[in-house]
Amino acid sequence: MRGLLLAVMIAGALPAFAQVDFSGEWAPLYHEDGPERLPGPELGDYTELPINDAARMRADSYDADRISVVPEYQCRPHGADYSMRGLGNLRIWREYDESTQKLIAFHTHLLAWDSERTIYMDGRPHPPEYADHTWQGFSTGVWEGNMLTITTTHLKTNYIRRNGVPRSDKATLVEHWYRHGDYLTVVTVITDPVFLTEPLVRSDNWFLDPGQAIGVFGCEYAPEVPRPTGTVPHHLPGTNSFLHEFADWYGLPYEATRGGAETLYPEYRSRMGKYTPPAKCDRYCTCTTLFNCNLAPANLAPPPR
Amino acid sequence: MTRSALIILGFAVSLFAQAPQNYDDVKVNILPVQGSVYMLIGAGGNTTLQVGKDGVLLVDTQYAPMAPKIMAAVRTLSQMPIKYIINTHMHGDHTGGNGALVKLGAGGGMPRIIANDHALNRMTAAGSNIPDSDWPNDEYFGNSKDFFFNNEAVVVYHMPNAHTDGDSVVFFRRSDVIAAGDIFTPEHYPIIDLARGGSVQGIIDALNRIIDITVPARYQEGGTYVIPGHGRLCEEADVVEYRDMVTIIRDRIADLIKKGRTLEQVRAARPTLDYDTQYGATTGIWTTDQFVEAVYRSLSEK
Repeated sequence: MRGLLLAVMIAGALPAFAQVDFSGEWAPLYHEDGPERLPGPELGDYTELPINDAARMRADSYDADRISVVPEYQCRPHGADYSMRGLGNLRIWREYDESTQKLIAFHTHLLAWDSERTIYMDGRPHPPEYADHTWQGFSTGVWEGNMLTITTTHLKTNYIRRNGVPRSDKATLVEHWYRHGDYLTVVTVITDPVFLTEPLVRSDNWFLDPGQAIGVFGCEYAPEVPRPTGTVPHHLPGTNSFLHEFADWYGLPYEATRGGAETLYPEYRSRMGKYTPPAKCDRYCTCTTLFNCNLAPANLAPPPR
Repeated sequence: MTRSALIILGFAVSLFAQAPQNYDDVKVNILPVQGSVYMLIGAGGNTTLQVGKDGVLLVDTQYAPMAPKIMAAVRTLSQMPIKYIINTHMHGDHTGGNGALVKLGAGGGMPRIIANDHALNRMTAAGSNIPDSDWPNDEYFGNSKDFFFNNEAVVVYHMPNAHTDGDSVVFFRRSDVIAAGDIFTPEHYPIIDLARGGSVQGIIDALNRIIDITVPARYQEGGTYVIPGHGRLCEEADVVEYRDMVTIIRDRIADLIKKGRTLEQVRAARPTLDYDTQYGATTGIWTTDQFVEAVYRSLSEK
């Protein structure tokens, strides 16, 4: 009888579903979309984005001076759908209910802007439509086997690419977190009825790095440029002279850089026009860290021994 | 007066009168905002509620038939009498419940109904058809009015020639919440009531003043909350997005006017295309075409 009681107690302690522990310190891997994520996207590069005409025009009118001239933009963090693509040194920890020992939430901390996020695992509903929106939104997670699927709503308007391509506050973010040993893969699916004609699917990866120490990011906004009150830098339609740079540098047909769902699929290559690759890659082609991305291969320092 | 201006005037008169809808199905939702302040969402504009030891203060009162439901919502939070009603402007979707709520919730004597003097003038003008029970009884002149209520400073700022010429923004200083009225309507383009003194530049100036008052907390969110005239609860960053939109569209239309474009040519140029999926409408009370026309006339008919 004593043995049976012990067995019942042990069984009661087991989770009802397969629960993977994502807790720990995770270092980002930038082998996917490195140039976009480290040095930052080129102006006018809308490739791989299923955007509509509204998003395209919004990005065309974007002037990066906004970040320096408008104080309210200086410390604006990435949204939950972008934060893991940036300077993504990541910490994840779990929160349990003391009395039931049930998982209440996963929490994340990211280096960039010290962003913190809560992913509720206790089945609570999302807030009503009229509630406040935040940069990280409101997230709830469910287990699908060993995969954690997270749904995030209540996001503030932000960007899906840091060159002005917008993502609206009506968007929904669905993430799928997988752990493979010491590797973490996150697949994100953004659905945005305002700016996307079909869901945008991307993925990012990390490796477990228990010795990682995340520093304080810190950010304090301050007027740094004299300007009249209410200045909003932007390009009037047809006046943005930077839009062709990306196509010119990489030998791409301009139309192919303009994004849109039709440009996402392999068959587009057959009708996209002439692609003339540069004779040699000398721009953002050899990124291994944030600090050598702008160097041509010949100028790269040898790896430390 | 041009034909278009007459159309806008006619629209403005009818738009904010009591909407022909069945209020039986409308529920008043209560959203705690911060400190002593709550947001009541029902039919018409948002109502801001402040409660405390001194009594009840309401900013805007939705439509008259909503008054019993608003009062019921108030009574879930306070049994104190209504002492103040502040109207952010004169339209019926924000003032229609004034008289009815005074009857239902006064208790401790006649509440003071505060509004800018331009709003009072519009409400009492011949032909306005607004019952005198809804009229403000404590109008203020000049830039602002302030008083201390429920343990905090309440500051009412006049925002000249914005949505109308009698707009007010209410700042609850300890709670750190702003009731913005229809200067800020994140669900749609700002309604510029030209016939009642509104202007696109006034909207932009008012949004910039709100941004000056707001201070975000950690992570650039929270801090000062902003209750819009219509739509969800917001913060500074949301106001910045909206200010940017109005400013950019103003600049585009001003550029087209400078180039000699007619209204029809401006419309054909689609200066709002990148914002239409977020704020625009082809039907309803305030379409994209109406907004573009209002901006055009606001900039060209000075």
